[in-house]
Amino acid sequence: MTLSIDHFYILVGLLLAAVAIMNLVDRSNPRRVTTALFWGLYALLYLAGEALPLAAVGALMIGMALLAGFGGVKAGQPKALAPEARQASAARLGNRLFIPALLLPLVTVIGATLLKDVQLGGLPLLDPAHITIVSMGCGAVVALIAACWLTRATPLQGVREARRLVDAMSWAVVLPHILAVLGLLFSEAGVGKAVAHLTTTYIGLDSAFIAVAVYCLGMALFTIVMGNGFAAFPVMAGGVGIPVLVGVYGANPAVMAAIGMFSAYCGTLMTPMAANFNIVPAALLELPDKNAVIRAQIPSALPILVANIFLLYFLMNL
Amino acid sequence: MQSAVNLWPLLGVVVIVVGFVLRANPVLVAVAACGVTGVAAAMSVMTLLETLGAAFLKTRNLPLILLLPLAAIGLLERFGLRDRAQAAIGKVRSATAGRLLIVYLFARESTAALGLTSLGGHPTMVRPLVAPMAEAAAEAQHGPLPQRIRYRIRAMSAATDNIGLFFGEDIFVAFGAIVLMHTILQAEGIEVNPLHIALWGIPTAITAFVIHAWNLRRLDAEIARAVLDEKGAA
Repeated sequence: MTLSIDHFYILVGLLLAAVAIMNLVDRSNPRRVTTALFWGLYALLYLAGEALPLAAVGALMIGMALLAGFGGVKAGQPKALAPEARQASAARLGNRLFIPALLLPLVTVIGATLLKDVQLGGLPLLDPAHITIVSMGCGAVVALIAACWLTRATPLQGVREARRLVDAMSWAVVLPHILAVLGLLFSEAGVGKAVAHLTTTYIGLDSAFIAVAVYCLGMALFTIVMGNGFAAFPVMAGGVGIPVLVGVYGANPAVMAAIGMFSAYCGTLMTPMAANFNIVPAALLELPDKNAVIRAQIPSALPILVANIFLLYFLMNL
Repeated sequence: MQSAVNLWPLLGVVVIVVGFVLRANPVLVAVAACGVTGVAAAMSVMTLLETLGAAFLKTRNLPLILLLPLAAIGLLERFGLRDRAQAAIGKVRSATAGRLLIVYLFARESTAALGLTSLGGHPTMVRPLVAPMAEAAAEAQHGPLPQRIRYRIRAMSAATDNIGLFFGEDIFVAFGAIVLMHTILQAEGIEVNPLHIALWGIPTAITAFVIHAWNLRRLDAEIARAVLDEKGAA
């Protein structure tokens, strides 16, 4: 039997269903019905997504977005331990508190490296197509068990705490998902081709330095628009990198590729479209400014991008 | 041939840019852009809904990395994980927020370069450990911090995780991005050793470390200045 990503879809579906129910019965949540509906729909799409017609899934996604967009998703005020009780518990448990927290990445890494090729009865133990996520799912379960054992709390308390964190992040939880959908729609509708057409048609590429600058800046800009360097790379490498840098100026393709991808990553650091790296952490760290992480990254991303232009220019013909 | 390129789908990009500039709710902006892009690409409502639905199911793996660890992390927080992390860093006299984050940047970037990308991350490391420790280090050095400086330190903690991850993972030869680049070059008839793509990433990886570490050193100065201003105003 293979532990596959579908098992963790069910687990997350159940978690989201619990978040929905806990919000529905929580009178401290000012919008408890719409909040429960939002998380309930998300749970449904994890638990029974395959069973629904595709158009219904699309319609439910739009329904969720409207609920979130018009302020229907709010948080309750769950009971936390009093600060004194929490500090007493921290003093009592001491450094043992770190054990479950470190077990999580440890189990993930062991699963993704050592258990990657392990087979049981001719089938792989962990789904090879989603090895990191499945390993992390195992790590999360192991860490939860260890945390319950250490703190004598029930797994239900763990679910309550997960709900507290999900509530705090609110709609930011689904933003990366919806942006990924938009990214796929963009490539289907040919947005990539249109942008590549604009950059290559209207910009002169008649000096090596300008060509390098257009290539690196194009990577970053395209990634800012699409939110994903993997979407930018084929377009800019196909439009400028291969025909101009390699074809005309004799660049080493390995250098062109490596530094091009890193230029795309500079774009990732500067765009709200890369929500899972930039917007979700702002919500997770309870920052009032949702763009605070992007603001913190721009002073590093821009100089790295400029450095990339010079590195590519000087290294590509070595 | 050039006239065959359809520029209308770019309207979706315009919606995104305008939406973010007007600071509309990002979820609404994204869905509006989906609608506009679909119309611009001449899809029928049914086709558009089906395309969206298929894409939504296909990308359900994305939120798992965020959602799965929350129960364990939340439980540990309830019983004092963050307090413990802060107490531990408070004992290190030479620790400052900037220095701590430089150490984390180095650890994150070098482990990612060895393919161990899941050793960090926002829900598993930054929220429960890195950000509280950076705040506590600054607090041990300067006393109570203004709230906006706390937010600034947290944002820099998240930024450090991202930068360490991005510029480390791409010099690990088995990483997806290297495979993608190799495949695309191969499709264009260019044969490159994936190891060379990974190695030519190293100059940028080092540059990124130096630039971000420099910004983290400036963070310490910024904190000191802000605390001083606060005291002057009081």
